[in-house]
This record gives sequence, C-alpha cells and structure tokens, in this order.
Amino acid sequence: MGIRTLVAMLVVALVVIGALATQESYQVFMPGLLQGAVLTVEIAILGSLLAIVMGVLAALARMYGPAPLRWLATVYVEIFRGTSALVQLFWLFFVLPQFGVTLNAFLVAVLALGLNVGAYGSEVVRGAIQSVARGQWEACTALNMSRPQMLRRIILPQAFVAMIPPWGNLFIELLKSTALVSLITLSDLAFKAQQMNQNTFKTIPIFTLVLLMYLAMSLVLTIGMRLLERRASLGLARGKAA
Amino acid sequence: MIWDWGFALEILPVLARAAIISIEATLIGFVLAASLGLVLAVVRIAVPRTGWTISVLVELIRSTPLLIQIFFLYFVFPKFGVVLDAFTAGVLAIGIHYAAYCSEVYRAGFDNIHRGQWEASIALNLSAWTTFRDIIIPQAIPPIVPALGNYLVALFKETPLLSAIAVLELMQTAKIIGSETFRYTEPMTLVGLFFLAMSLVSAALIRSLERLLNRRTMR
Repeated sequence: MGIRTLVAMLVVALVVIGALATQESYQVFMPGLLQGAVLTVEIAILGSLLAIVMGVLAALARMYGPAPLRWLATVYVEIFRGTSALVQLFWLFFVLPQFGVTLNAFLVAVLALGLNVGAYGSEVVRGAIQSVARGQWEACTALNMSRPQMLRRIILPQAFVAMIPPWGNLFIELLKSTALVSLITLSDLAFKAQQMNQNTFKTIPIFTLVLLMYLAMSLVLTIGMRLLERRASLGLARGKAA
Repeated sequence: MIWDWGFALEILPVLARAAIISIEATLIGFVLAASLGLVLAVVRIAVPRTGWTISVLVELIRSTPLLIQIFFLYFVFPKFGVVLDAFTAGVLAIGIHYAAYCSEVYRAGFDNIHRGQWEASIALNLSAWTTFRDIIIPQAIPPIVPALGNYLVALFKETPLLSAIAVLELMQTAKIIGSETFRYTEPMTLVGLFFLAMSLVSAALIRSLERLLNRRTMR
C-alpha cells in the first residue's frame, strides 16, 4: 500500500478519534484510555529496543560465535519462536518467582515481548547479512580487512537497508502483542478498555476507539519505517545489476 | 521443591484434554482463515474495483491487536443482537485475523502466475470459474503452501489468547490449575513445552513439504 494511502488512513483515524474523544458523554472513560495508551507506547518502545539488541546479538552469535555461544543463541531463538508470546509472558510472571526471581509486571512485559520479537529479529538480521552480495565479502578479504572491520564498514551498512522492512513488520507485531500485557495486570490500553467497559458499559464506543488508537499507532510506525527505508536506500543501487 | 514430577504427571491428562480444544480451535480457525483469505484474494482479482476497499480492510485487520478483535466480537457484537459463545467468538476472530494475512499470501501466489496463462485461458474461451479452478489455482497454490503452513503455526501459537475470554483451552486450564493449587511451575512449563514440541514438529513438516514441492516444480 502506498505511503499516501497510509497517511490518508492515519488522518481519517485521527480525525475520528478526535471527534469521538471530545464528546461530552465519553469523558468518563477518555482519560483512562489515554493513560493506557501511554503505557502501551512505553512498553512498545522499550520492547523494540530490547528486540533489536537481542536480534543483532543472537544473529552474530549464531553466525560467528564460538560453538557454545552459537548453541545458546540457537536454543534461545527456537524457544522464543516455538512457544507463544502469552505463554512466555505468563511463564516469566508466574513461574520465575518460584525460582526466586521476582520481577515487576512492567519489566516482565518488556522482557517477554523484547525477547520474543528479538528471536524473530535474529533471523531477519541473519538473512539480511547473508543477502549482501558475495563480491562484497570477497573484496573485503582481498583488501585484508579484519572481520569486525568488514562487518562494521561494509556488510552491516548494506544489510541495514534490507533489514528495515522486515523489522517494520516485527515492530508492528510487537506493538500488537503489547495488548497481551493486560493479562498480567498491567493497565495498558487493552486493560483500560476492559476496565472502562465494566465501569461504564459504553462497550461500542470504547472498543471502537481502542481499535482506532491501535490502528493510529501502527500506521505511525508503518509510515515512519517507510520514510526510514526511503532515506537509507538513497544512493544505494539495490537488486540485480543490469 | 521447585519441580514435582508427581504433580506434573497428575495434571498431564487434564492438560491433554485441554490441548484438544486448542487444536480444535487451531484447525477451525485455520480453515476459516484459508478459505476466507482465498475468497478475498479471488474477489480482488475478479472485481478489480474492490481492490482498494480490500487492501484497506486487510490493513485495518492487520494493524490492530488480535486480543482487541476477540474482545470486539465477544463484547460488542451482543450489543447488536449477535450473541456468540466464547469459543465461537474467539475462533471467528482468529480466523478473520489470519484471513487478512492469508489473502496477501494468495495474492502473491496469483501474482506469480504468468500473464500468458490468463491470456491463453481467454483465447481458449474458458469461463472465469474454469480458469480459476483448472488453470490458476493448481499453479498458484503449491508454491505458497509453506507460507500458509507458517501461518498455521503462527495461528496455533495465538490460541492461548482465547484464555482471555475464558475458553477452556490449554492456557486457561493451566491458569486454573495454578490458581487452585498455587503451583504454576509445572502447568506453565508443560504448556510451554507442548507449544515448543508442536512448533518444532510442524516446522520440520513444513520444511520437508517445501522440499517436496521444490522437487516437483524443478522437473
């Protein structure tokens, strides 16, 4: 979908949210929903940062690490991709305290979502690094570059561009997964939606507004990633040579 | 004691029964997703005017959390007189959510069909239905089977969300066991292991399926 259509959708969503949010009769739940939205954004941002760190570390460990590290990274990726995000969230929240590690709900949320998306991200990073043309690697070897030098200066800058679109999708997945944290007592947007629904019984406007708010956040993210992609690929001729 | 084998064995049958509900939800949800997704993709080709509407719809579904969509079907629909029980509402929401993803997969499959195939069908005076059934679908579907398989696994991993509207599937059962006995370690870990095992097995199945399909198309 074109970036113009996305921006148009965002504008429509924001206008509808604005029109509903200023309704007199909706003031009973509006502040609550906004509070929830702030927490959702916080968790999404921190979770995404952790996901990037974990994704890059796991990918590098799997590709260049010594055997034990490689093995550890593989186990991490398989476990977090193989079980569902909600199970991971509950496990960290309910089971970890039995082993004497009690984390507060916010930390659990960031940790679970970041680790979960990071596992998927490591495959993205790996794929992007491997997608850099063979000639680039060979040229680095010919120029007698060390491995860190080669990665930092030649490979990663090129892999970065290929990574942007799939990471964009992962960030959206992460944003959507933040709704799960409502099930471990955090009062994010999804939690507030349920709470306000039980308090006010204004079911239709509440859930419509909440859907629109998530939509607006996703669209901001999608549009941002598109712009980043456009910027990063400036001056880079990608694809097959003629 | 952190891990009690006796307790784990004791709750295993209960969890196994709940796992059947999870698998049921997965299968019904996926059939829904795969067929609804196909309908969306075909309508888009058959009636080009709908293209914009469908892509906005797909974008709307894909940009909002599944959990909220489940709540929407479960809490909002009764206000319009459509009362769904928890399992139906949940499976419907999962099915519709993944239909949006599947429709994009089908679209990619159809886009890969050479234009000559469509033109030849017109030249042979085949009806639109015959073209789809006998020419396009048999060529478009096999290459995208692995992608659909991945969504089946993803969908399966989303079924714990049904616990949020109290469907007695695996996660909800584990939670109930946990709150009754104050032992969360065994039920939660077993649920995690179950999902891990199922995912690894299905990933292996998809890989071999992919290899099989590749061999067939390589000929």
